[in-house]
Amino acid sequence: MPAAPAAPAAVPSAPPRRWPDVSFRWLALLAAATIVALIFLVGWELYRGAHLAVMKFGVNFLHHSVWDPVADDYGAWPFIFGTLVTSVIALLLAVPLGVGTALYLTEIAPLRIRQPLVMVVEMLAAVPSVIFGLWGVFVLVPWLRDNLFVWLKKWLGFLPLFQGPIYGVSVLAGGIIVAIMILPIITSVSREILRSVPNLQREAAYALGATHWEVIRLAVLSYARRGIFGAAVLGLGRALGETMAITMVIGNRAEVSASLFAPGYTLASVIANEFTEATTDMYLSALFELGLVLLVVTILVNVVAQLMLRSLAGGGTGKVQ
Amino acid sequence: MNPAAAAASALQTAPPGHAWRQLKSRGMGAVMLLCCLLVMAPLFLVLYFLIHEGASAVDWNFFTQLPKPPGELGGGMANAITGSLVLLAMAAAIGVPLGVLGGIYLAEYGSARANYWIRFAADVLNGIPSIVWGMVVYALLVVPFKSFSAYAGGVALGLIMIPLVMRTTEEMLLLVPQGYREAALALGIARWRMITVIVVRTALKGIITGVLVALARVAGETAPLLFTALGNNFWNHNLAEPIAAVPLQIFTYAISPYDDWHRQAWAGALVLLAMILVLNVFVRIISRDRKFN
Repeated sequence: MPAAPAAPAAVPSAPPRRWPDVSFRWLALLAAATIVALIFLVGWELYRGAHLAVMKFGVNFLHHSVWDPVADDYGAWPFIFGTLVTSVIALLLAVPLGVGTALYLTEIAPLRIRQPLVMVVEMLAAVPSVIFGLWGVFVLVPWLRDNLFVWLKKWLGFLPLFQGPIYGVSVLAGGIIVAIMILPIITSVSREILRSVPNLQREAAYALGATHWEVIRLAVLSYARRGIFGAAVLGLGRALGETMAITMVIGNRAEVSASLFAPGYTLASVIANEFTEATTDMYLSALFELGLVLLVVTILVNVVAQLMLRSLAGGGTGKVQ
Repeated sequence: MNPAAAAASALQTAPPGHAWRQLKSRGMGAVMLLCCLLVMAPLFLVLYFLIHEGASAVDWNFFTQLPKPPGELGGGMANAITGSLVLLAMAAAIGVPLGVLGGIYLAEYGSARANYWIRFAADVLNGIPSIVWGMVVYALLVVPFKSFSAYAGGVALGLIMIPLVMRTTEEMLLLVPQGYREAALALGIARWRMITVIVVRTALKGIITGVLVALARVAGETAPLLFTALGNNFWNHNLAEPIAAVPLQIFTYAISPYDDWHRQAWAGALVLLAMILVLNVFVRIISRDRKFN
């Protein structure tokens, strides 16, 4: 600072230098751009890894149902089938339960207990997959084997779905464990959606003499239908990629069976099990191609879910779960 | 019900079918309550079994000893617990700076259009299965360096953290009142100083909350570590070599045929879940008063 002895007008200090400002801005931009770059990086790395298998098997890979590392013959169909079946089971169980819970939490529960209940759902979301797997192997699967599956076989055994020997570890057990794991996200996204339904909707229905349930059905659910569908699609995205818990309870056998009691295999669990054992280049490449299939499907499902949730008035939820 | 009679007394009495409709309403309410109970049940069942099966194996040795080979009783997860902490530190070193800076860009600089795509990308990234991250890092770091390593595990977890931290940072920064920014700029401070000293400082608690939630989430991740960190039965002395982690150890023990290892798996799961839940509850407590307006 130059010494200005008797200058009444303050000496204007130098304006802030430009370069730190500009470089900070670029730094922030770089970090934000990393996100976009990461998507391409993931896709490219998987494609690079899968190149060998893509060249050799082409589109046949998707519907070829043999997985034989010894003969170097690979097809993804048993895994795609297993992934689809477990995800469908999971959605059939989790969507009604999750939406019902969300409705209870937003429309019915006494105000005082809402927050604690929401907290329980969030805690459920925090339980790691491997812990559900552990619990699944030692508690859920034996219970299903001795109770629910026996019961299902007795009463619904005429359906091909519930025939065949009961091992415990099975596609159905996998679907149930995945349902438990996607319940929190379906519940919390549905709850956000229901909360964004304007109160005017409810009041109008009450004013017409509707009962509590009629208000929910006519005013709330019909208004929130699209968002709830988005929540279900988001749950589907999670279900497809679920790995540890399902690997531990599905039985890990690469076969396509009509029975839900039969062991199966999913895309994510075959990768988890066999990746470190892949001895030949082609074997590893086939596993990478399974990963690529999984990636493409989950990205598509997630894009659909995001588009559905974003297009809602009020923004739905951009919240990362 | 007779429609004519009902219409005649419509003004005085309840509308037709009223009792039935009320009953139905009650019934549906009960169904929703049942849904809620069914959804919450797994959490309590898991907690019950973790404590029932695992508490007996959580003792001093569990935190101080290395795993014992099958057949020998006792042993612990000291290496896995330190391994998990090392991995989390590395994950934070990657995920926090990138996530926070990205969040700053979204909240302070980006145009609406750019932000839309970046947010979209973050949400899509967040939906990518964690096992896929494991494969990507395997191709990026394990293959070129020809070894499974702690670094690879840390990077895998760090990449998963980025979108999580970014979105919460953005949310927290947007809560800071615009007046703070204007006041700071009016005083002649440079924009980047305004952001770091005023805006980020004001939202710091929220940002830390977001970081802790992200850490709690990746602390339980197993799939991305399977073929990056790999696991290790001994102490890790070199981060370029495989390292143990609690979730990996739980997985290995759970699918083993030994009863004692199963007990260790339950104990490990109990400790892991306790850490994660405590972190979550702690976060809720510190974030309770983070409203700015």
